[in-house]
Amino acid sequence: MAKVKGAIVVNIERCKGCQICVPTCQQKSIAMSEALNSKGYHYAMTINDECNGCINCGLVCPDGVITVYRKKYD
Amino acid sequence: MKDVRLMKGNEAIAEGAIRAGCDGYFGYPITPQSEVLEYLMANKTKERTGMIVLQAESEVASIHMVYGGAAAGKRVMTSSSSPGISLMQEGISFMAGTELPCLLLNVVRGGPGLGTIQPSQADYFQAVKGGGHGDYKMIVLAPASVQEMYDFAKLGFDLAFKHRIQVMVLSDGAIGQMMEKVELDDERPRWTDEEIVKMHTWAATGKTKNRERNIITSLDLNPVKQEIINRKLQAKFRKIEETEVRFETIQCEDAEYLFVAYGSSARVCQKAVQLGRAKGIKVGLLRPITLFPFPYKEVKRLAKQVKGIQCIEMSAGQMIEDVRLGVEGIVGVEHYGRLGGIIPAPDEVLNVLEQNFIKAKIYERTH
Amino acid sequence: MSAPTREDICQLENEVYSRTTLLTPAPLSYCPGCGHGTAHRLIMEVVEEMNLQADTIGVAPVGCSVLAYDFMDIDMQQAAHGRAPAVATGIKRLYPNKFVFTYQGDGDLAAIGTGETIHACNRGENITIFFVNNGIYGMTGGQMAPTTLPNMKTSTSPFGRDVETMGYPLKITELIANLPGTYFVSRQSVHTAANVRKAKKAIEKAIQYQKLKKGLCFVEIVSNCNSGWKMTPLDSNKWMEENMFPFYPLGDIKVPK
Repeated sequence: MAKVKGAIVVNIERCKGCQICVPTCQQKSIAMSEALNSKGYHYAMTINDECNGCINCGLVCPDGVITVYRKKYD
Repeated sequence: MKDVRLMKGNEAIAEGAIRAGCDGYFGYPITPQSEVLEYLMANKTKERTGMIVLQAESEVASIHMVYGGAAAGKRVMTSSSSPGISLMQEGISFMAGTELPCLLLNVVRGGPGLGTIQPSQADYFQAVKGGGHGDYKMIVLAPASVQEMYDFAKLGFDLAFKHRIQVMVLSDGAIGQMMEKVELDDERPRWTDEEIVKMHTWAATGKTKNRERNIITSLDLNPVKQEIINRKLQAKFRKIEETEVRFETIQCEDAEYLFVAYGSSARVCQKAVQLGRAKGIKVGLLRPITLFPFPYKEVKRLAKQVKGIQCIEMSAGQMIEDVRLGVEGIVGVEHYGRLGGIIPAPDEVLNVLEQNFIKAKIYERTH
Repeated sequence: MSAPTREDICQLENEVYSRTTLLTPAPLSYCPGCGHGTAHRLIMEVVEEMNLQADTIGVAPVGCSVLAYDFMDIDMQQAAHGRAPAVATGIKRLYPNKFVFTYQGDGDLAAIGTGETIHACNRGENITIFFVNNGIYGMTGGQMAPTTLPNMKTSTSPFGRDVETMGYPLKITELIANLPGTYFVSRQSVHTAANVRKAKKAIEKAIQYQKLKKGLCFVEIVSNCNSGWKMTPLDSNKWMEENMFPFYPLGDIKVPK
């Protein structure tokens, strides 16, 4: 059976650290960074390998900083 | 054969707009100018030329509909009378800030407040000095006949698009309501949407791949940029002052005394000039046709020639301030006006001129 | 075959969601977590998917979204406070085949622009109104709005909105849904992925229906204002669910028969 695996790329400099993406991730893959971006925000980042590319985080991100990828594999 | 009709001033400007290729009229009824909207509705403009006519819910909505249509590069207009024009100042200021062309008609009635429905010229300052907030000017045309009401529709649209500016026809209840014969010219076709895209590259008509998007806004939060925008506007007004002054002189060649009056008052003064000449008084009339730009140079030229200048206005004295700016103290300038909707009579204004400058001999030429 | 590496996945051919190209590169000027950004993006996604860029003219309001034209890559006009429906009327009457929309907040649409809103709706103007309702004046610093809930604290109702002296919140969406000139009226939110999907469907309908020329389409988006409400973005969304949604229930209010 084909499996899917996803990944997100966060535009770190554009992330405002609002955290809305965090609870929307069913895989609990997103958390906020300890580090700050140049605007002074903690930015969203993936913290595990569980992303399935569901795009929920991309949908709710008010600043459109999350690009979502998904790949099928056997 | 010439197309000559007997028309009311308000009807004439409506017909003039149709024939000038107007695309849209948005207005709200108010006396003494409701005939404009009534005439357009009765003429089935959509079938005739494709012109859209809409009765809005208020003058505020009317002017913002005009703002929308103008932003999209169309020939659009509205009309109202004094209290309604006050309501429109917000939209006019936005159009000034975005440099949008449009035609506005104020058929002035007596004020302040609800005032009267009779003719007045008390909205001169509002029209000529700005009216709404911010540093801006409109081109202001003052018709003195029903023919000019007709002619100024086309002239107004042409000036509006030439300079990307608002043009106000500052009429009054007398010119709007009275009937005179009008010579009509041929209908000029409305621009097609394709012509508009080609001619008015600034218009918000939908962003195509071959150009940057067009943004119509008067907002710039950066004061440095806002100052640049304002200076550009001012440069445009200065250019208009150089190139668009219009006036008429009547029997000024040998005049020793001068009436300065516009619109209905100018008609009264024209008769007073005849009465004066019949009595042997060498009196002439300067009639400003554009109130902005004001014919300062012509005023100054005549000030050097005459012994006194009598301004006649149906107001407490507004245009006289511009006359005095032109005269630069060279000769005495007096105001006479009737208020509240009363038109002065020719013998009345001639008498005033005689009292002020001939019988009293208060003002002598000082140079 | 083993699981692909992150590098294998993050290839263009595997991209399943990215910011629409009809949003300009400019950073959105909204506060962190504000629903305006999501609402902007959804509208631009639909305009892009329906290939309407060249036929779209948008009207921006006065309020937080006054600079919407900095972010939406379409021809736009900025309207005076509350007058956007009149401006859109002027455009649409002269370009009946263009897609014309307004984007307005609650102060703009339901206070100063109530007259323009109701009459554009009542005339059945073939325009689309997107109405973002966060119950507060965000841009001017959190003053009471026509949609501020009873007892809700704002800078001009610091002890809570007292309906006895300050009047009741205006359910303008229900009000205009009663007018024969409106064709499709819906209330949505954009704070969760499920709500975003529903909101996008409503936006799609509101744009599609404009082509039918059967009347005005109106989509309200109940949104947060975490700065004005003085909460974190997540807390403001929770507060919105608990307080705003009971008063402004989500869902279609008027659908074509």
